[in-house]
Amino acid sequence: MKNNKSITINGNQFSFRPEDTILEVAQRNGIFIPTLCHLKGTTPTGACRVCMVEVKGARSLVASCAAPAMDGMDVQTESSDVIRSRKLTISLLLSSGHHDCLLCPATGDCVLQQLAYRYKVSGTQFEASNARYPLENVNPFIIRDFSKCVLCGRCVQACNDIQVNNAIDLGYRGSAAKVVTAGDRSLKDSDCVFCGECIQACPVGALYPKDALNKPRYGETQKIRTTCSYCGVGCQMHLHVKDNLVQKVTGVDTAPNNGSLCVKGRFGYDFIASKDRLTTPLIRKKGKFCDASWDEALTLVAKKFTQIQKKHGSDSIGVLTSARITNEDNYIAQKFTRAILKTNNIDHCARL
Amino acid sequence: MTNPIVDIEKAKVILVIGSNTTENHPVISSYIKRAVKFKGAKLIVIDPRKIKLTLFSEKWLRPLPGTNVAWINGLIHVIIKEKLFDAEFIKKRTIDFDKLEKSIEKFTPDYVESITGIKKEDLIEVARLYAQAKPGTILYCMGITQHTSGTDNVKSLANLAMLCGNLGIEGGGVNPLRGQNNVQGACDMGGLPNVFTGYQAVTDPNIKTRIEKTWNVKGLSIKPGLTATEMIPAAGEGHIKSLYIMGENPLVSDPDITHVEKCFKALDFLVVQDIFITETAQMADVILPATCFAEKEGTFTNTERRVQRVRKAVHAPGKALGDWEIICRLSTHMGVPLTYQNSREIMDEIAMVTPSYRGITYERLETENLHWPCPDLKHPGTPVLHKDTFPHGKGVFHGIDYIPSTEKTNKTYPLLLTTGRVLYHYHTGTMTMQTQGLNEMSPECFIEITPEDAGTYNIMDGEMIQITSKRGSVQAIAKFSPKAVNGTVFMPFHFAKAAANKLTSTKLDPVSKIPELKVCAVKLNRIKIDA
Repeated sequence: MKNNKSITINGNQFSFRPEDTILEVAQRNGIFIPTLCHLKGTTPTGACRVCMVEVKGARSLVASCAAPAMDGMDVQTESSDVIRSRKLTISLLLSSGHHDCLLCPATGDCVLQQLAYRYKVSGTQFEASNARYPLENVNPFIIRDFSKCVLCGRCVQACNDIQVNNAIDLGYRGSAAKVVTAGDRSLKDSDCVFCGECIQACPVGALYPKDALNKPRYGETQKIRTTCSYCGVGCQMHLHVKDNLVQKVTGVDTAPNNGSLCVKGRFGYDFIASKDRLTTPLIRKKGKFCDASWDEALTLVAKKFTQIQKKHGSDSIGVLTSARITNEDNYIAQKFTRAILKTNNIDHCARL
Repeated sequence: MTNPIVDIEKAKVILVIGSNTTENHPVISSYIKRAVKFKGAKLIVIDPRKIKLTLFSEKWLRPLPGTNVAWINGLIHVIIKEKLFDAEFIKKRTIDFDKLEKSIEKFTPDYVESITGIKKEDLIEVARLYAQAKPGTILYCMGITQHTSGTDNVKSLANLAMLCGNLGIEGGGVNPLRGQNNVQGACDMGGLPNVFTGYQAVTDPNIKTRIEKTWNVKGLSIKPGLTATEMIPAAGEGHIKSLYIMGENPLVSDPDITHVEKCFKALDFLVVQDIFITETAQMADVILPATCFAEKEGTFTNTERRVQRVRKAVHAPGKALGDWEIICRLSTHMGVPLTYQNSREIMDEIAMVTPSYRGITYERLETENLHWPCPDLKHPGTPVLHKDTFPHGKGVFHGIDYIPSTEKTNKTYPLLLTTGRVLYHYHTGTMTMQTQGLNEMSPECFIEITPEDAGTYNIMDGEMIQITSKRGSVQAIAKFSPKAVNGTVFMPFHFAKAAANKLTSTKLDPVSKIPELKVCAVKLNRIKIDA
């Protein structure tokens, strides 16, 4: 469908869809507008004021995340007024808490840090205010460092509008504002189910996995995309790997999960590097398991299967394949059962 | 699922049956909650427990466990009597509507109330809600299938969806939520006793010949094999002499595990291939170390039939090998070399022998979302099934009668037990119990009970109690819960130390051979402490 309505951004004309915001048109066309509070799939809150742009004819700067694109609009995203405003906003945000990048687990992956660097704001313009609320770590998974919170509200939207767990909201007023659970209790005593959507939404270092302080930071790890191995939803996830260890798991913004994960997918990966993992074939000898080589173990299994097949017939052997292993594994398991063991006695745990 | 997950947010009415979605499929539950909160969808929850989703529902119906066919037929009865069905869909797309009409005649709201305990006014209201908002989606899980009437339950849901024309359309469908990462794929790949890949019957001589040719073998058996729930008792009876078990832990997950253990002991030779020494592996003669998902290349097929890549991120520990590599080596040791360079080569063979996977390749999966059936390389996949036609042309209505569960409460065993999972653990816990935080959130087994029922037996919240069925007895702490409903207790089956499956019944659905894990008569006792 031809759309003859257009908007001009930095001198270039773009068509737009009904209900598009200025930010959305810009993002779609590769024009950078910074934002701290905008969360895809939710209603814009206009909380952070970093995405302000200049619109010709408007009385003041406009929050591009909330302003709808309109026909004939003429927008400047990096005018001197815009940059002055952004520098001030970033300066105020940096003074609002304890933004110590050296010891922050979000370093490298922090929007505020990136903006400070881009707009060359040092954070020394205003005196930093003291942190009003202590750090919360009395739950198994998530650290809440209120001294780094910029009150952008992304975690609140992630919780209420994406996962719809309704565990947190913005509480108190003015400089006392804080992201709170019902009754301002700790996460452990709230409706929180530790899906960690809030961690993934946090643009700074205010929310992070409990073990993050002992793990490599952003940029040190390699991301490998895979499919979650728990329930049947098949969430797409990134495994962040360093030193042959999975250090962190994050959701990938694509179908079927659009970035979301649950507590098991996000935090339940310790089993991979568990010291209890099986590392060698084991053969039971006189009631005890003894380490064996692959050759030894498979020779024994092959011999026994052949004997049993000969003595009792093919249908005296059964194979239970698995709903946890890959399609390729399952395919080979049934091929082996049917073509080599010569029986259809193959099934798996679908019924349980 | 007949429809993709994203369709949930397109539905105007959502029927969730026997699925504790927020704990078992948390990410899918977000779709349901968003549909209700932001899209105005009406949610109907039908479950014996007052699960969290009921907080979002327009109506919550609480049937007695094991009475699903009765209330589904009741809904159909109301929809037919009030002429709320989709006459055009029935005429164009289905056959045997008269059989359905006849079979539901007796399921009046009064009769259904007498069986299920669902008030007739509620039944009528829900029937109208489902029939009058289109599209409507049905989401179900093990609360529907783990019954001796499991197959009937599913067929009844298909009747209900066809009656209202809710199949083959966006936002509609009959959608089972699969509980394990690749349970769909394991079925698709022929990890079943009666079919090759893509549900091609082993009894069909033409298919057999074609597969023999591709595999270059002779003498494939045309006799369907035994299901898992049949193999284990067959071991006890001496018909099965050896089992090769991969990535499964029947000694915690299967019903009546005291009996399972006896059957395993009767085996001549047990091989277990796993990533941990599970309860089952402890009984093995040989244990083979396998790799986990983070250490292998391959694909999983999710609950909406989407084939997705699994990629190697870390090296396997010690001598552990991928499952297919172990099987291929074993085959070679048995004198029949089975060799593949990599998992991609296996996928190419899968595509060759499986019509519904024929168009699926690793290359395409890099950039495309493919739901099977995907019959050729140009085909975009099939997110919504049955759009124009059903597998056998027309959709067949089945007249289905209500058959009561054989497991009943009585004076000795006055309560019903249902089993399931909790949010923080997965199946038999071999993976999740390695994470300290998950154990902290869910440290041990419990028996969920109402304060009223607990009062009857003088049980206090948090007290260690004994729960006993005809088959066995375990101890766990009593947990008063708003999810519980009088007369029914719930236990998670994750915990080997207090294994709920010591209690459960091995009675099977006659067709699907699913055990009746959701209905089990039990009694509770306080534990006497010797002074």
